[in-house]
Amino acid sequence: MDIIYSLIPPGILSQIFVGLSRTTILFIVASGLSLILGVLRIPNVAHGSLYMIGAFTAFTVTKIFGEGQAAFWMALIIAPLFVALISLIAERGMFQFLYEREHLMLLLLTFAFSLVFGDLVKLVWGGEYKSVPVPAIFQGFVPLFGGLPFPIYNIFLLVAGPVVAVLLWLLTNKTKIGKIARAAAVDREMVGAVGINVSWVFAIVFVIGCLLAGLGGVLVAPTVSVTLGMDHNLIIEAFLIVIMGGLGNIWGAMLGALIFGITQSLGILVWPQFGIVFPYLAVVVVLLFRPTGLLKSTW
Amino acid sequence: MLDVKGVDTYYGLSHILFDVSLTVSKGEIVGLLGRNGAGKSTTMRSIMGLTPPKKGRITYKGEDITGQKPFRLFRKGIGYVPDDRRVFADLSVDDNLEIVFRSGKKWSKERVYDLFPALYEINSRRAGNLSGGEQQMLTIARALMGEPELLLLDEPTEGLAPLIVRDLEDQILKLKDIGISILLSEQNVRSALRMISRAYVIDNGRIRFEGTVAELEANEEVKKKYLMV
Repeated sequence: MDIIYSLIPPGILSQIFVGLSRTTILFIVASGLSLILGVLRIPNVAHGSLYMIGAFTAFTVTKIFGEGQAAFWMALIIAPLFVALISLIAERGMFQFLYEREHLMLLLLTFAFSLVFGDLVKLVWGGEYKSVPVPAIFQGFVPLFGGLPFPIYNIFLLVAGPVVAVLLWLLTNKTKIGKIARAAAVDREMVGAVGINVSWVFAIVFVIGCLLAGLGGVLVAPTVSVTLGMDHNLIIEAFLIVIMGGLGNIWGAMLGALIFGITQSLGILVWPQFGIVFPYLAVVVVLLFRPTGLLKSTW
Repeated sequence: MLDVKGVDTYYGLSHILFDVSLTVSKGEIVGLLGRNGAGKSTTMRSIMGLTPPKKGRITYKGEDITGQKPFRLFRKGIGYVPDDRRVFADLSVDDNLEIVFRSGKKWSKERVYDLFPALYEINSRRAGNLSGGEQQMLTIARALMGEPELLLLDEPTEGLAPLIVRDLEDQILKLKDIGISILLSEQNVRSALRMISRAYVIDNGRIRFEGTVAELEANEEVKKKYLMV
């Protein structure tokens, strides 16, 4: 370890890993966005709102379960499912009739949804800040990196990211619905011509993508104050990550989130006042050299 | 088996098919011959419901199927092999067959591989990396997984080397022998004539000739005017 510390001081290392744990949340949300973009071709601006709803639902669920040990785990299960239910209703009630429309129309429609969702959140939860407690077993810090305290919850996030990535890989590569979704991403008409009801495939993929937004919302809730408008920053970041990684490519979303998260945490160290500029610079640099993103786009 | 009556089809505003009628009976291979852009693929797409006709009626086994969704037609036993092949390029050969909707158990992957042994050899390869002939076999194999009674083959020999065309002809004849009815569209008239029993000649979206192979062989005018042979 000492050799590593002589190259990278523990303080910086610690900062990098906190950045990486934030990357986890960006990856989970962006992978859902990318999945929907790749298979359904919908640029879902309302994705950030679903993330926000996930966070607010986590707040309510942890309240109901008395902020005890079980509360967070219940929120982790219930909130993404609640978001999935909302998205299923939106998809069956609205989106399924509009797949053939041009992208601009879909962009406007999902933007309208994000406004409606924002107002609904304000109606249900009100405008004030909410906080979700860190679950008891993840409270506190452990000494890491030369004894510097590292928050346990961030270790949990660092584990959650790869777990979700593996589950997504299994879903897209080992399940029939995943394989069908990959085929439909490239040629939906032909998928229909081999007997598959593409409409339901789209519904399932849409719901899974939105579920990931909800999951991201629950995971982020203990680390930030849950508030109206938390969707705005995130949706911009998520789109940039997806564009940087290659539209519709889940692994591109992972790579994009990594670059975004690391440049952000390093940026803060190097030049604190302008820290938030660095990830955007990274996006510009990536797109200058790879205009279609780092990995293969499905568009 | 299949009865197409007075079909008019449009792409947007452009009128492509004019009053197209044709029939396919059980167990026969019927040719739909014509030049590039004559309307062969549009006829196939109209039957499969991919570009539903604006006018006319299509019946299959006595049931009106005009305007039905392609996935429903596939489940009723109509297999479609498009002219540009359209394998699912990202998936392996095996997965291309795996994801097809299946109602019965008559056609298994094993049986399809028996018919196309060459496909079995490459079953883990990415479909996008296959040669043209291999992709063509795969699209036919894929359609067979749905246990079709009627197969729409759109220019299967297009762009294939002569030797591979011969192989493909043998396999298509085998499909006929096991009782599958086939509507075969072709520009390659010589190849088509080795397989079909009756033919329709289409040009500019209109059926210009219908008859047996012998009648077509005898009709120099039709051959010269519409088929350039």
